Amino acid sequence: MTVLSQTLAVAAKDARIEWRGRARTAAILGFAGTVLLLFSFAAAADTKTLTTHAAGYFWLALLLGSVLSLADAFRIETEDDALDGLLLLPVDPRAIFLGKALARTGALTVLALMLMPIAAVLYNVGVDGSWLQLAAFIVLGVAGLAAPGTLYSAMTSQVRGREVLLPLLLFPLVVPVVLAVVKGSGLALAGDPMGQASSWLGVLAVFDLVYWSVCPLVFSAVVER
Amino acid sequence: MTGAAPMVVANNLGRRYGDRWAVSGVNVRLAPGRSLLLAGHNGAGKTTLLRLLAGLLRPSCGEVLRAGPVGMVGHRGGHWLDLSARETLRFDARLLGRPLDLVGAEALLVRFGLGDRGNGPVGDFSAGMRKRLALARLVLQDPAIVLLDEPYGELDADGSALVDVVVKDLLVRGKSLVMSTHLFDRAAHLLHHGLVLDHGRMAWVGPAAEVPAALGQVKAA
Amino acid sequence: MKKPFPREHFLGLFGLVLFAVGSWMGLVEAPPERYMGEVGRILYVHVPTAWIGLLAFTVGFGFAIASLRSRSLVWDDVLVGLVEVGVLFAAMLLIQGSIWARPTWGVFWTWDPRLTTSAIMLLSFVGVLAMRAFIKDPPRRARWTAVGTIIGFLDVPLVYFSIKWWRTLHQPFSSPETVAGSMVWPLRINAVALLCIGAWLVIRRARLARHLRRVHETAAPEPSRLVAGD
Repeated sequence: MTVLSQTLAVAAKDARIEWRGRARTAAILGFAGTVLLLFSFAAAADTKTLTTHAAGYFWLALLLGSVLSLADAFRIETEDDALDGLLLLPVDPRAIFLGKALARTGALTVLALMLMPIAAVLYNVGVDGSWLQLAAFIVLGVAGLAAPGTLYSAMTSQVRGREVLLPLLLFPLVVPVVLAVVKGSGLALAGDPMGQASSWLGVLAVFDLVYWSVCPLVFSAVVER
Repeated sequence: MTGAAPMVVANNLGRRYGDRWAVSGVNVRLAPGRSLLLAGHNGAGKTTLLRLLAGLLRPSCGEVLRAGPVGMVGHRGGHWLDLSARETLRFDARLLGRPLDLVGAEALLVRFGLGDRGNGPVGDFSAGMRKRLALARLVLQDPAIVLLDEPYGELDADGSALVDVVVKDLLVRGKSLVMSTHLFDRAAHLLHHGLVLDHGRMAWVGPAAEVPAALGQVKAA
Repeated sequence: MKKPFPREHFLGLFGLVLFAVGSWMGLVEAPPERYMGEVGRILYVHVPTAWIGLLAFTVGFGFAIASLRSRSLVWDDVLVGLVEVGVLFAAMLLIQGSIWARPTWGVFWTWDPRLTTSAIMLLSFVGVLAMRAFIKDPPRRARWTAVGTIIGFLDVPLVYFSIKWWRTLHQPFSSPETVAGSMVWPLRINAVALLCIGAWLVIRRARLARHLRRVHETAAPEPSRLVAGD
């Protein structure tokens, strides 16, 4: 079997498990929505300011929710030692990583799509710019979270202190992603007269390229005992 | 002593945790179709040795040489609790490059006594049923080297009989098999050789039938 | 048996002396900086700190790759020293940056791209060190530290450029950047000085790590003469 077909098989398995556990996804959505609400109280600003900063609040809420989703990627593998059995099968470890990261990207995209209407209502935001650009930022942005997030999830799921280690390791790392998506989606929402959004898209593309190629290579070092 | 090339060899195998050697100085040699009964008190290092042989643990010293793929049934099921038994088998089959259709999956489930539980999540299974599913997955994988860690645990009389049948079948088909168990009388009839571990060291080797006596001596020492 | 005197202490001593010389030249003897006045003197310490800090992480990146390929724990002993020294220098950088910013701009923190990147680098590698504390098995700890270092280091240019672009959209605060050409000697001296001090600290830390490891690395009991199976 090629690495690609193995990747797709693993991604499909994880997607199926994610679907079965959709009650948990709903809970994560509730959590992220609550964070959005709390931001508007904490900022204590007028509606105009909230609208201007909506992209920032949205992505922070999504980031906090994504930590819960990313931890899931390997909770399912460690709760009954399923990963051991998987490693004994003739699967390329890179396919295990890529399949899981792909499934996480899908799960986070769904989370983002469900969170968007909530943010749109709370912060009174509409899309004056480009829908296509917004979609690109969302997909590339969550992909940027998913690659290192899946790797760190694999590591932290094996040790104590996993709940604090995952965000501690991930958040400084994804600063470029956060900057790029907040700036970029803000431009996609409000309109982009000077055409700056494409350079932010470039930052995201480079980040995704680097981490989606490096993380599979170091993954096997992280799962062997 | 067979003349066939060995399927699995371990030389001076050891694994350390901190300053404690959980297993040390272990030598194993098994040809295809030959089997080893692994015995020892709790904490003697049986599970660690099996995991070293599987390649799930990296040795701290020594080496393991394998001439074929490894399959293992461990203490825990090794399942994804949200998948159904059928989905699990079909996923394994897909990764093995031998896709399993619904008929084949059903036949395998029935053989292992899970015929009417193929649809629900494995998380709902009892411990015995999870063990049966683990055995089914092992048989599906059909590896050259088979490692069983307390396979009779949690199983009822039917399940245990199933283990016996599976073990006999695997050996006849030329697999190398290592089993750790406390049910010596049962295993002695099935397996060829025996090894008693004591504090991670090899305390005794010989025919599987003589393991109970040997274990008694090791305890007394 | 008397322990041999660690030779790296000479390196450290040399570095400290050099640092005293270079700092005196920069902080006392040299004329005040043209645009920034007396406060600009901190550049003579700040710039070398930045160089050596980044060097520590860059060399660490190389050691991390070696550590993953070689499986010998010696690479990890040095790597932990490099990461800790890098973290130390990054922290010093942030403190120096605040000392410079307060009298100049009236605030303790400016969102200068280089300083902000250093802050993020600091957090990244502090995270890697924190992760080490949770792993007891030395080979695994070495592998994970190496992975964390590689992933963290690759991020540095990405963080730097994204913050730089982000800052150009806002009112940029000037950063302690250029130094008048004739004042380059204190800078070079301090750079060499900090290199020596940094190397001294790395070697000491690596020795400590190796010692701790060896204490726990009990030798394997002798091989058994028995063979199980055929």
